[in-house]
Parts: sequence; structure tokens; C-alpha cells
Amino acid sequence: MNIVVLVKQVPDTWAERKLKDADATLDRASVDGLINELDEYAIEEGLQIAEAQRAAGNEAEVTILTMGPEKAAESIRKALSMGADKAVHLLDDGLAGSDGLSTSYALAQVLGQIGFDLVIAGSESTDARMGVMAAMLAERLGVPQVSLANKVEIDGTAIRIRRASEDGYFEVESTLPAVVSVVEKTNEPRYPSFKGIMAAKKKPVQTMSLADAGIDPALVGLGGAATEVVDHTQRPPRQAGTVVKDEGDGGAKVAEFLAAQKFI
Amino acid sequence: MAEILVLAEHVDADVKKVTLELITLARRFGEASVVWTGAGAEEGQARLAEYGATRVYVAADSVYDDYVTNPAAELLAQLVKEKSPALVLVAGNAQGKEVAGRLAVKIDSGVLTDAVDLQPGADGPVAEQSVFGGATIVHSRVRRGTPIVAMRPNAVAPEPAAGDAAIEAVSLSADATGARITNRVVAERSDRPELSEASIVVSGGRGTGGAEGFGVIEQLADAMGAAVGASRAVTDAGWYPHQFQVGQTGKTVSPQLYMAIGISGAIQHRAGMQTSKTIIAVNKDPEAPIFELADFGVVGDLFKVVPQLLEEIGKRK
Repeated sequence: MNIVVLVKQVPDTWAERKLKDADATLDRASVDGLINELDEYAIEEGLQIAEAQRAAGNEAEVTILTMGPEKAAESIRKALSMGADKAVHLLDDGLAGSDGLSTSYALAQVLGQIGFDLVIAGSESTDARMGVMAAMLAERLGVPQVSLANKVEIDGTAIRIRRASEDGYFEVESTLPAVVSVVEKTNEPRYPSFKGIMAAKKKPVQTMSLADAGIDPALVGLGGAATEVVDHTQRPPRQAGTVVKDEGDGGAKVAEFLAAQKFI
Repeated sequence: MAEILVLAEHVDADVKKVTLELITLARRFGEASVVWTGAGAEEGQARLAEYGATRVYVAADSVYDDYVTNPAAELLAQLVKEKSPALVLVAGNAQGKEVAGRLAVKIDSGVLTDAVDLQPGADGPVAEQSVFGGATIVHSRVRRGTPIVAMRPNAVAPEPAAGDAAIEAVSLSADATGARITNRVVAERSDRPELSEASIVVSGGRGTGGAEGFGVIEQLADAMGAAVGASRAVTDAGWYPHQFQVGQTGKTVSPQLYMAIGISGAIQHRAGMQTSKTIIAVNKDPEAPIFELADFGVVGDLFKVVPQLLEEIGKRK
């Protein structure tokens, strides 16, 4: 089984994140980059499915697919040290500034070339937070969208998931090939072992350019994006409110505030 | 007058509040045409009329309930081609955003998600988005195709207006299925409002000390008619189910009132609640960052402050 896990490098959510003044794209250089947290669940899910396939006597391989600048190689290396077999890095200056729609086009082109039985993604990235990539890729690739999973089961070419809903879950079933996205807490992502870290150094990472993947440069990057940022500003700090110490009347004071604001 | 498509969210005949918000918003740009998938439109029609919907396209097929995302996106794509609307609005929850994403690919149009406001501009609608955990405000627009915007619930207040909500039956002309939904499981249906669209959210954090201590959060939520939220520390520890987590990797809420009880306000929590209109914090640590956001804060033991607050609410009822 050919499993492709999408991994995005994002700025650390604990750091101060900013857009660049020049072109309103994310300033990726000034903050530490790491694997999008939700993608770690996708990697773990891919590894577990591959392990189960091998245990059942089937061949299985996990490929990491990352689109991003040079620096994203760090995230690829971490994914490989967790246990993925190889990686494809879509790396081209022409991709900078791509929006969701153009990113899905670029990734679909690569997926078409490298082939897949199962594509696994995190449910969203912590930087853009659109939550659309699995849906867009399923549409572009013409395969079922088996998204927002908090539990995944594979049985031959059948796939069954629990799709997280507002007040519970839906049971969803389909057949491979398919695009899956996983939500937080689907599993417990493993830490890379020392052996894994050493082994990762020898694992193959294929770099692809726009030309390699057959991507039309006019459809990606800032020029190819279907959306644009008009302006951006730092949110002004909230007006300092009133903070009181509880002197035995804290609850009553909250009630007074709520009543004055007509909440109670 | 320009036509605006609004994808309705409903549970049977009950129209969700976010849909009334979208209809209200659509009227800023033209005539609101609601797109209703599945059953219940006849019963829901009066509510849509009350908020100023001009018409309702009803696709009463079961395919929309049986398959994930694709049929609704295909129906919208078909209506975009037939009606040439100026704008398509969907609810900015996980499922709404997926429909928006698929639609964007189908009609090769730009999509903006998590908008907290939408205003007419010289080159089409301009969306306001609050990004990086609310630290940056971005205005953006669609420059190719028919703008598709997923609005964050509670972005606008629903305003009644006269409308006909004339029903027009529509159906899919193409096959659109994909992954099939075989069963729907409701975890625990409570009478509380849905977290992402509630007007008031009461959230508990590490300060509650455990699943037992979290009971006081539920009591306060019920007294306030609020939804219950939780910080990541709480859901990671298993004190409260994961689907109620508010924050960077959980739900983003934007209620009229957010009450953070025993929550320190780490940056990843703030990412999920920073755009709330009014914020109240109770925490025993005076240095807790949540107090920087709070309109009103009490430094104290939540197990003393909240019971007293409950008593006061009781007196005022």
C-alpha cells in the first residue's frame, strides 16, 4: 500500500507570528519552523496503517510530501525519523504566496505523478487554519473524501472512519484510493527514537521543482492565487479591563458586572 | 439586484442561528437566496422569510445526508453556473469550510475562510479575518471567479427583515457521491447550545482540578444558558471530552460573552477565543495572561467565586 502523508512546516504557535509588510505573506524566516501539530497525527496514522499492512503480509510504504521553502527540510527529516520511508519535497521559489486553491493544485500534480492508495493529512494547519486541503485534494484527484477522522480502519480496499461532527460523529465508509484527514487525538504520535533519527539521515528525499511536477507557474504563487490580502494590521491590545481581588465578594462582583452588561 | 447564495444549516426543520446570520449578511450585498439541502424546507421556510430571504432553492434529496460534502458542493457549483450569483456564503465550521473548499475547485474561484466581517468593496467583497490566534487583522478579497466566503459563527447579529422565501425546487444534474455516511452518532445530546455558535461560552481550565471539579463549570453554563468549553489541559487530562476544546487546535469561538474559569490564558487558548466580545476571567494567579484580555477579572479561588456567582444569578432570576 502506497501511503502519502502531507506534512506542512509552520511557525511555532508559541512564537509571535507576523505577515511581511512587502507582500503580506507569512514571515517564515524570523520564527522557528516545526511540523504542523495536526500533521503529527497524520504521520502516526500513516505509520500505524503501514505497520498493520506489513503484519498482514502486505507491502506498505509511507511517503512524506511537503511543499515549502528550503527550511521545510527540517520537518521532513523529523517525519522520516518518526519512521516514514521516504519523502518528496516540492521546492520552488515560484510557489511562494500560493493560496489554498493553488496549493491544492500543486499538491495534486505531485500526487498524480508519485501515485497513492491513501493520502493522509492533518485536519488543518495552525498557520492558515483553512481546513480545506483534504476536501480540495479529493475534488481534484476525483477520489473519495474521508475527512475529519478521529478513528480510521482499513480492511482490504475498504476504509471506514469516524468523522467528527459538532455533537458526536458520523460513521463514513468508502473505498481506496482516498484522501483522509485526521483530527487531534486520533492517536498518540510517537517520538523519534535515536535509531530512527540516525536512520532518517539515509532515507531518500526527492526534491521536485514546478517543472518536475508539471505545474503551470501561472497557477501558483502570489500571481496564481485566487485570493489576495488587501491590508493587514496588528490587533490593538484590548482595553485593560477591571481586575479585582476576591475579598469574599468576588462572585457578587461578577454578577454585578454581568447584570450591568445585561447578560443576567 | 445581485443574487447571493447562502448554504443553509439546519437540523430537520430547525434553521441554525448561523444561517440567519448569513442571510442578514447577504442582504448587504443583494438578494439572499437560501440553498436548502435535504428535508424540512417547508417547515423552515417561515423562519427564513422572517430574516429576509428572497427565495429558497430546495434540493430535498437524501443524497445530501448520505454522502460527505460532495453533493452540497456540486449543487452549489451548479447554481453558481445557472444563477451567476455575486457571492456564496457558507458557515465557517469544519463541514462548511470543506464544502467551500470543494466548491472552490469545482468553479475555480477564490475562497476565504474564518471571516469575522464582510463589507462591499470597489473590487468585490472584502473579508476581515483574525489570524495567528487573533494577533493580526487581515483584510482580503477574492480576485478570481465567484467569491466564496465561510463566515465564523457570531460574526454578525441576525436582523429580521421582510422576505418572501419563495420555494423553488432544484435537483442535481450530475452524479455527485463519494464517501458514504452509514450512521450518525450523537455523543450526548444536551440542551446546551452548540459550542461554535453559542452566544455565551463558559470554559474551564486546569484550575478546576479534575473531572469532578469541572461540574461547577457545567452548573454555571446551565445557569447562563451557555455552551461549555474547556482548555487543552483539561481535554488532554481527560477531564472533559475533547470535542469541547477551545483553542489553536480545537474550536474557535467568538461569542458575545466568554467566561474563562481557572484558565491561565496560554497563547494557544487565546487563539480560540480572542475575538469574543466580552471576556470574564476568574483565576487564582494574578499574573495569569488571561487577565490581559479580560473586561472583568477576579483573582481568587474559583470554587468560592463561582458558587457565589451561581447564588447571585439565582437571586436575580
